[in-house]
Amino acid sequence: MLVFVGLGLCGNETISLQGLKVARGSDWVYAEFYTSPLPELDLDGLKTAIGKPIKTIDRKTMEEDPTEILEKAKSGRVTILVPGDPMVATTHVDLRLRAARMGIPTSIVHSSSIISAVPGLTGLQSYKFGRSATIPFPDNPSKVPYEALVENSERGLHTLLLLDLRREEGKHMLAREGIEIMFSLESELGKGAFKEERLTVAIARAGCLNPVVRAGRAGDLVDVDLGPPPHVLVVPGKLHFLEEEALRVFAGAPLTNACRGKGSESQSDVYFGRVKEDPD
Amino acid sequence: MHRYKHVSDIEKLMWKPSHVRNIGIVAHVDHGKTTLTDSLVAASGIISFELAGEQLFTDFLDIEQQRGITVQTSAVSLVHTLGGEEYLINLLDTPGHVDFTGDVTRALRAIDGVVVVMDAVEGVMPQTETVVRQALQERTKPVLFINKVDRLIDELKLPPEAMQARLAKLISQFNEIVRKYAPPELAEGWQVKVEEGSVAFGSAKEKWALSTSQMRKKGITFKDILGASREGGREELAKRTPLYEVVLDMVIRHLPDPREAQRLRIPILWKGDLESELGKAMLSCDPKGKVCMVITDIIVDEQAGVISTGRVFSGTLEKGKPVRLVGSKQEARVQQVGIYIGPKREIVEKVPAGNIAAIIGMKEAYVGETLVEAGVEGEGFEELRYISEPVVTVAVEPKNFQDLPKLVNFLSKIAREDPNVRVKINEETGEYLVSGMGEVHLEIVEYKLKEAGLEIKTSEPLVVYRETIVGKAGPVEGKSPNRHNRFQISVEPLEQEVLKAIDEKVVKTKQDNKERARILRDLGWSADAAKNVMAVVGGNILVDMTKGVQYMREVEDYIVEAFSQVANEGPVMREPMRGVKVLINDAVLHEDSVHRGPAQIIPAVRRPIQACVLLANPVILEPLFKLEVHVPTEFMGGAIKVIQGRRGRIVAMEPEGEATTVIRALLPVANSFGLAAEMRSETEGRAIWATEFERFERLPPELQSQVISNTRKRKGMSPEPPKAEEFME
Ligand SMILES: Nc1nc2c(ncn2[C@@H]2O[C@H](COP(=O)(O)OP(=O)(O)O)[C@@H](O)[C@H]2O)c(=O)[nH]1
Repeated sequence: MLVFVGLGLCGNETISLQGLKVARGSDWVYAEFYTSPLPELDLDGLKTAIGKPIKTIDRKTMEEDPTEILEKAKSGRVTILVPGDPMVATTHVDLRLRAARMGIPTSIVHSSSIISAVPGLTGLQSYKFGRSATIPFPDNPSKVPYEALVENSERGLHTLLLLDLRREEGKHMLAREGIEIMFSLESELGKGAFKEERLTVAIARAGCLNPVVRAGRAGDLVDVDLGPPPHVLVVPGKLHFLEEEALRVFAGAPLTNACRGKGSESQSDVYFGRVKEDPD
Repeated sequence: MHRYKHVSDIEKLMWKPSHVRNIGIVAHVDHGKTTLTDSLVAASGIISFELAGEQLFTDFLDIEQQRGITVQTSAVSLVHTLGGEEYLINLLDTPGHVDFTGDVTRALRAIDGVVVVMDAVEGVMPQTETVVRQALQERTKPVLFINKVDRLIDELKLPPEAMQARLAKLISQFNEIVRKYAPPELAEGWQVKVEEGSVAFGSAKEKWALSTSQMRKKGITFKDILGASREGGREELAKRTPLYEVVLDMVIRHLPDPREAQRLRIPILWKGDLESELGKAMLSCDPKGKVCMVITDIIVDEQAGVISTGRVFSGTLEKGKPVRLVGSKQEARVQQVGIYIGPKREIVEKVPAGNIAAIIGMKEAYVGETLVEAGVEGEGFEELRYISEPVVTVAVEPKNFQDLPKLVNFLSKIAREDPNVRVKINEETGEYLVSGMGEVHLEIVEYKLKEAGLEIKTSEPLVVYRETIVGKAGPVEGKSPNRHNRFQISVEPLEQEVLKAIDEKVVKTKQDNKERARILRDLGWSADAAKNVMAVVGGNILVDMTKGVQYMREVEDYIVEAFSQVANEGPVMREPMRGVKVLINDAVLHEDSVHRGPAQIIPAVRRPIQACVLLANPVILEPLFKLEVHVPTEFMGGAIKVIQGRRGRIVAMEPEGEATTVIRALLPVANSFGLAAEMRSETEGRAIWATEFERFERLPPELQSQVISNTRKRKGMSPEPPKAEEFME
């Protein structure tokens, strides 16, 4: 039996009671921390809470050599602890499929995820999000985050932009870096989806007790100190009036001409991310 | 009183061809070339000797003690006074090592005469004969200096008559060589003669010398020389009839000036049209004509950068002048021009035809390159040559570990000076692997390192093989470690014509895509494949045959990286691959770039390529040398025996003049090690030969498994090559 148990978004306490129970009742407990950040984690505390040793596995073992895990899962109960919700923004479905092919029963114990925390913290409605993307570090460049933003903006949808992390190198991308990378994609691809004045929301430590949520012009957010990572970005699309109010109340969004229903058309276009026509 | 020579003095002399001599000094090893050169450098150029008194000798010794003063420089310019007139003598360094790479020939072309140094005790040695023969073939006129005469006196205790007889015998042996090998019309005129003063003798060590003209001028007899063996007598002799004076007088009187020499030699040495404007300017050594120059040496100076030294045959070399490099078909601009004063370089405005000049900062040039003024049609002095494949490797390490930084520094310097030397570090062992064109070429590298004062240890020379395929294989599926990315890959042998186009750099990675597509279509490729070449690495080509795969562009670099890894280290024994076409037939990529970074994509592409190669009937290619031996006909049998004993194939044999034969053969590089020693002993040192990389050829099947297991073991791998399955899911 192989169970993927979500650890939630922060430290030892966002695992569900069910998750804790499953982990306690299994023969072997593994954990990976390379797919998503998990701030304030206290691994020893977690071991105590579960009452079992926890073996941390790196990406290489998980992807290239999971034989040990699968062999154990054939005969006993194996739990893999995964930050966030186990199948969100990870590639673990592959491991689950491999287990299934070997006839090993699998299950998932969900937990909170950045995907649900973001609508919660910002007041943006969950069914109005388009596809999300990760902004990678510049040594592995990709246009996908920008293209996703363009597509979503055209349809008036919000865009969640996750930020790359390399735990083994101690690197977490900050909101500021993510915005800079999006600016350079804007100047490279020039579709007008991410100009300085674009309304953007930066969120730090979602799921922890001290989250920070700040909405403002992208160009201004670069200078805002959000405190330690993890950070994520949201670029809202067309706003419902309640969403707009929530951003003002919970995220300190400035009032704009557009918000007040007047002012120049072009400014509001950018603010709401309406994308200009591609000249080609 | 010292009279220091200024740049301006030399600059004036350069314009008077009758007052310029371009020469070299050649000798059998240990006969005294270095001692003579050092002595000439110390005595002249920096300080004009005539006007200097006692004081001078200390200066002279000071400099002399820095032995090897000459090895650091490509050329030395000296000023010498004869009959009240000043002459400029440009002394070009001729390589001291036994040469099979054309360095000596090249240097001999740039000078008009040589001083042959011969040890009075040892007499004519094989290398004396060989190098004189080369000089004669290039129509470089010789004079003779018989050295170490002090040994005749002190060690052999020869009386005056016996000494004279000994010298006469050496001279006639020398003239014998000239008669045998000089072009017939020159053989008589180029005999050296005591009575004319084209022979001198003396002691480079004790710095005295004599010739008949000098004996007459100074009233010295053989008895005086023998008498000089008493206390202090030799020093007196050195003051009365100094070495430099006798040798340089002889050079000025008997070796041709550049104008005279070029009229005689250009028709033989240069391949261009003598009736053309450039041809005429070269024949007459005309400083007002268009520029033509040959580069004979390149060094990389810590401060100044790349310094190319060579002979200006026509026109005037000037700062800012645009030139064309004939061999490499490039244009370049002359940034700075220099001349040599003593062993030092000085920047000048112009250097006219007939002189040795240095160009500073021309990165495009290589040794042997011909430069002509931009916009002028003109041939080079040498055949156009491609940078050769490095086919032999040695591992080098310093004897003292502290010397490592110095070694690294020096190796990279050598690699820049010689485009045929490559240096690579073996990450696993930390050894420095130096690859070159052959064993002898690498011995020259070793020689240079030792010259620089480094003590080094080197491994046995190793052959650089290639891996290739004779069949097709695939498609094989490759998956990324996270299994969210997949590739379908196949391989096939690259067409011979395409491989040739890559070897000739007609097809390469950095090339306009349309241009490359056109060439490949002309060579028979489909339009689709031709326009989708992703990379060309060492005779292998990667083609993207996918259609509309999303995000392909974003992983392109990683795909090319994976391909390069296999192209540089094939799966059979980690030798470079050659002649393999890799096709990416299809791919599926993860939406989010963090799940398709290099750690995912590189193995997903590399492994199926490796598997395909192993499935496509891989074979090993070995490098072959083209060997050309020039040997006196009586020693021909010895040379043939050496070639045949080494898996060599003789391609042609033809007579060359009266006395020599040219043998052309193909020789596996693997069997070329130790060739020099064996050839020398089988022909009593009379053969001159050159090896050059010819091509890769399939290793005879019976040798293949042995070569594979030896190479793998040497690299620390199991002797058996891997199975394709090891690279498949
Ligand atoms: N006795 C004697 N020894 C000499 C003379 N010239 C050179 N040597 C010595 O011969 C050896 C070889 O000389 P070197 O100039 O290095 O020869 P190279 O190999 O031709 O450059 C050295 O030990 C010199 O000191 C000479 O005139 N008389």
